[in-house]
Amino acid sequence: MRYLERAVTLEIEPSRCNGCGMCASVCPHAVFRLEDHRAVMADRGACMECGACARNCPQQAIRVRSGVGCAAALLAGGPGCAPTCGPKDGPTSCC
Amino acid sequence: MSADERCTSATVPDRRDEPWLDGMRTTAAGEVPRVKTRLGALDLLGAFEARWAIGRMEYRVPPGLYAVGEPTAESTVLVTANYKLSFDRLRRVLGGRNAWLLVLDTKGVNVWCAAGKGTFGTDEIVRQVGATGLERIVSHRQLVVPQLGAPGVSAHEVHRRCGFRVVYGPVRAEDLPAFLDAGLRASPEMRRVRFGLLDRAVLVPVELVMGARHMALIAASALLLGGLGLDGYSLANVRAHGLTAAAMVVASFLAGTVLGPLLLPWLPGRAFAVKGAVLGLVLVGAFALGPWPGPVQTGAWLHLAAWTLLVPAAVSFVVLNFTGATTFTSLSGVLLEIRYAVPLQKAAAVLGLGLWVTGLFVR
Repeated sequence: MRYLERAVTLEIEPSRCNGCGMCASVCPHAVFRLEDHRAVMADRGACMECGACARNCPQQAIRVRSGVGCAAALLAGGPGCAPTCGPKDGPTSCC
Repeated sequence: MSADERCTSATVPDRRDEPWLDGMRTTAAGEVPRVKTRLGALDLLGAFEARWAIGRMEYRVPPGLYAVGEPTAESTVLVTANYKLSFDRLRRVLGGRNAWLLVLDTKGVNVWCAAGKGTFGTDEIVRQVGATGLERIVSHRQLVVPQLGAPGVSAHEVHRRCGFRVVYGPVRAEDLPAFLDAGLRASPEMRRVRFGLLDRAVLVPVELVMGARHMALIAASALLLGGLGLDGYSLANVRAHGLTAAAMVVASFLAGTVLGPLLLPWLPGRAFAVKGAVLGLVLVGAFALGPWPGPVQTGAWLHLAAWTLLVPAAVSFVVLNFTGATTFTSLSGVLLEIRYAVPLQKAAAVLGLGLWVTGLFVR
């Protein structure tokens, strides 16, 4: 199943990449692939913006507006509110 | 609080009477409770209840260190959340093995969602490593963290702050034995998250329970409002219009919470709002071909028009709310849907409601 691919905000700066492969390891949707010891986005449209790659990139070569893609939390929180889910965040159909 | 106090504070679980515990293991940093790797009837009942949102937010185990089997200083350390459903899934696959479980305090939230919130994160790993005295218990400096914890954990930060190297394990606990046997190597398949029919089906009960109250309130209002008419308020009107309206509310809710998740890959469109709207239109079509009394009066036409707007709007909204429970929707995509779809849903709902009320007063 695929989502709205053009909305994805994931970006990688190839010049910073040291080829450690962490991004490829942590991505649950196989967005990254290593080519010639550099990470490339093999399937950018599959990105769900969880932010695991950016957080685990020791070179800070990856940027993404990360957060939880959860309408219930976003609607309950209102605009500008941190999109999270779980206890105290209204209707928690998320998680 | 001094560093010493933090190290000796009672983050190590002390509830030794839990039915899922099996004695204690003595370590260099004190006694550590041992967990059973077989789930008991109470564990299964608890899992069932959590799936039905009964005490789900309180379904927790105390954070801290646990032993599996007869772990030694060389045994692997597996990190997990303190949602008992997650904890149980992990210990269940560890039968016959020796390992340490480091349970983070995620406030009873599963690994992935807690990672998204940051409670399953770098800070909490560093804190629990310190609080449990892990470096005195194991001789190696390695933690196996579930891959879905990665949105909250920065492996290089954990290493810098407490000297432990993070190795990301597989997405699913059931792949853990193969991962461990392969020398902590995950196959590409183990790294991918899935969202199959069964994965979606187990989410349905919580969706039902969470939305049931709103649904009941709206259905009851529709039932009562249906009594209005040119001849004042009457039970005959409630029977003619209120019952239909209440049934449409219930049907829309069930379509959105049950059919939406189950049929997700087959509903057209990528936007959840579109998937829901299509499902709603199918429902209205079924109504028009089935229970609709036919073009007997202007009112009947108005009501059909009202349902054509109301039902897709409602189902669209309910299915959009399922985005947070899925494994593949992005924040940016959901924001996009909210920007474009929610105003349309609202407009359709207002217009539909107007048509329906008007339909009560014309013949």
